[in-house]
Amino acid sequence: MSALSVAYAALFYAATAVLVVGLALKIRLYARTPAPLKIPTTPAPVTGTGVALRMVREVAFFESLFKSNKWTWAFGWLFHVSLLLVLLRHVRYFQEPVWAPIVWVQPFGMYAGFGMVAGLAGLWARRFLVDRVRYISTPSDHLHLALLIAIGATGLGMRFVMPTDIIAVKAFMLGLMRLEILPLPSDPQLLAHLTLVAVLMIVFPISKLLHAPGLFFSPTRNQVDNPREARHVVSWAAVLDK
Amino acid sequence: MATAAFETPKLKPYPVIPLVAEGAMAHSKPFVASAAIQTNIGFPGELTEGWEQRAVARMGELLGKYRSLQVYMDACVHCGACSDKCHYYLGTGDPKNMPVARQDLMRGVYRRYFTFAGKHFPKLVGAVDLTKDVLDDWWRYYNQCSECRRCSVFCPYGIDTAEITMAAREIMDSVGLGQKYSNEIIGKVHKIGNNLGLPGPALEDTLQGLEEDVKEDTGVDVRYPMDVKGAEVLLVTPSADFFAEPHVESLIGYGKVFHAAGISWTLSSKASEAGNFGMFIGNYEQLRKIALRIREAALELGVKRIVVGECGHAWRVAYSFWNTLVGIGAGGKDPYAIELQNQLDHRHKQPTHICELTYDLIQRGALKFDKDKNDDRIITFHDSCNVARASRMGDMPGGQFVIPREIIKAVANRFHDMAPQTICESTFCCGGGGGLLTDDLIELRVKGALPRMEALKNVVDQHGVNFMATICAICKAQFTKVLPYYGFDMSLVGGVHQLVSKAIRLGESH
Repeated sequence: MSALSVAYAALFYAATAVLVVGLALKIRLYARTPAPLKIPTTPAPVTGTGVALRMVREVAFFESLFKSNKWTWAFGWLFHVSLLLVLLRHVRYFQEPVWAPIVWVQPFGMYAGFGMVAGLAGLWARRFLVDRVRYISTPSDHLHLALLIAIGATGLGMRFVMPTDIIAVKAFMLGLMRLEILPLPSDPQLLAHLTLVAVLMIVFPISKLLHAPGLFFSPTRNQVDNPREARHVVSWAAVLDK
Repeated sequence: MATAAFETPKLKPYPVIPLVAEGAMAHSKPFVASAAIQTNIGFPGELTEGWEQRAVARMGELLGKYRSLQVYMDACVHCGACSDKCHYYLGTGDPKNMPVARQDLMRGVYRRYFTFAGKHFPKLVGAVDLTKDVLDDWWRYYNQCSECRRCSVFCPYGIDTAEITMAAREIMDSVGLGQKYSNEIIGKVHKIGNNLGLPGPALEDTLQGLEEDVKEDTGVDVRYPMDVKGAEVLLVTPSADFFAEPHVESLIGYGKVFHAAGISWTLSSKASEAGNFGMFIGNYEQLRKIALRIREAALELGVKRIVVGECGHAWRVAYSFWNTLVGIGAGGKDPYAIELQNQLDHRHKQPTHICELTYDLIQRGALKFDKDKNDDRIITFHDSCNVARASRMGDMPGGQFVIPREIIKAVANRFHDMAPQTICESTFCCGGGGGLLTDDLIELRVKGALPRMEALKNVVDQHGVNFMATICAICKAQFTKVLPYYGFDMSLVGGVHQLVSKAIRLGESH
């Protein structure tokens, strides 16, 4: 077993731990922090089902962003949908046999790689071309985009330019899931791809990527508009009634 | 102190997003509250040694008490969806008036003291120490936000800058840096019962004068009662309604509606103010303490219904917060809530907006109008931000847009809406909300009104609109002051119940 395989195994165990534990801690923090006042952005749904539907529209179609700016919406939605397809395509590296839906999604996931990079490129262009967006962009914003584009580009490179030994990659990943370290091909393109993905996983819980869990906890989007019908009091506020 | 001269923006035929003009409004700051004003409402009198640590500690407390703040500090991706949505950015071009940049003034400090990335890689993520320079920027730009929530409509995560502005003002107040206008008013509401500082006898006089005026005008004895025990309705209205123009015209209208419908009602000298500036400064204790006056007045007078007059932020507080704060509403199971909720008549919504009450009476055929009495007016409707984006009327989401318009159409013949992207949930703030309705911020107020003025100009030119109805005391006061800067007559603005008042039939004169 090579030092390389061990190093990457360690990297992925660590990245997974950071991602899972970090996200769990953040989600616990969001869930435990009370929302003392009713602040849905109205018009808002008046039932729980309505709120669930509002959330589905936000998560699946980026409803609010669509209202705001069609370019940002188009690039953002293209990127996220493509990313979803690409992730689904990658599920095949972690199962044997592969589920039928994952088999079915393979060709879509393959071309979605281009959609992902195109969406990211559009979003990045806005950071240079629109003076307002240029003003608010930080080094971290640019680095996030660079990281994601580099992941997409190395992935596409392995599929369309210089194929790597994906059978060995799959064996390595399946091995990790059994706590067994199998040889990883030393293709530099593959190593770059995997390193960048691990960096993304590590950065996730300490960066703006927290927008993903954040949306579900946003009081302006997840509250039912019923303040007159139901009394909403959190524990620290209830103390004041005594 | 006179404010420096400034140029009123030119009205363009269609909206243009301004280019970034750094520092364009860096000079705009409100007067600082004196030590006396601050200590009067329980805040430290001034900034003293060690304020930085105390401010960061207070931020930590707020992060633990408000999920909105905690999530919104983390979730922003700098996508720029909000960057062209704030009326103060559109009117000034100052990039720190873009909602995302306004939030980032606090986010930088949050990252520095509360996140791993900001503690270890501050430059990378824009984390900054809380210094006097940073505080100065907070003071400028958290006093250039009217908490109107337009940005929150368009944010893909629903990030509401109002929540962050409120937290920033609370943190500043907690270390002794308060805004004179808002904090002085909060002192007055506790001492005298209303924001304008009108004592009980003066109110009695005013109401008596109104009764005489209406009698002279219509020949009918319409009553404007105060502190009547056992009345069915307690009307809580912004104190500007008692004497400011055009506000008082709507108060006259409410009285006529109650008269025509035969509903007994009363005002309260104790709760002679619907406004609640505790919200503007983001202080929960003040918010609650000010709301408590309404609860006490309702219990003392034994009323069955609580109705709120034309006031935007007051309706937000009443509709969204009263039940939480002081149990005015329904569905409470704790002894505190039940004490009042058992007294109220739950066939009606508690609290009720005056527009809901009037609309309901119109639907039931209980009111009759001579619509042609409003024929000299070609009317449009300005949705007030807090009503539009932070409350509701009626049973249906969006009732807050439908009901006032239906009332106008029931009492007048000629109505035209402004452009769709400037009304309903996308409405523009008048430019004077959120505790900014003060002369020390007049430049900001004039420039912030630009998007509304452009939309208004279009309907004035195309449809000959000569009356902009609204249901907010701050909107009315702000427009009265700002309209002339844009070449409009100040009498162009007025209340919905001002129109009701003109057209309503009062029955036989006595």
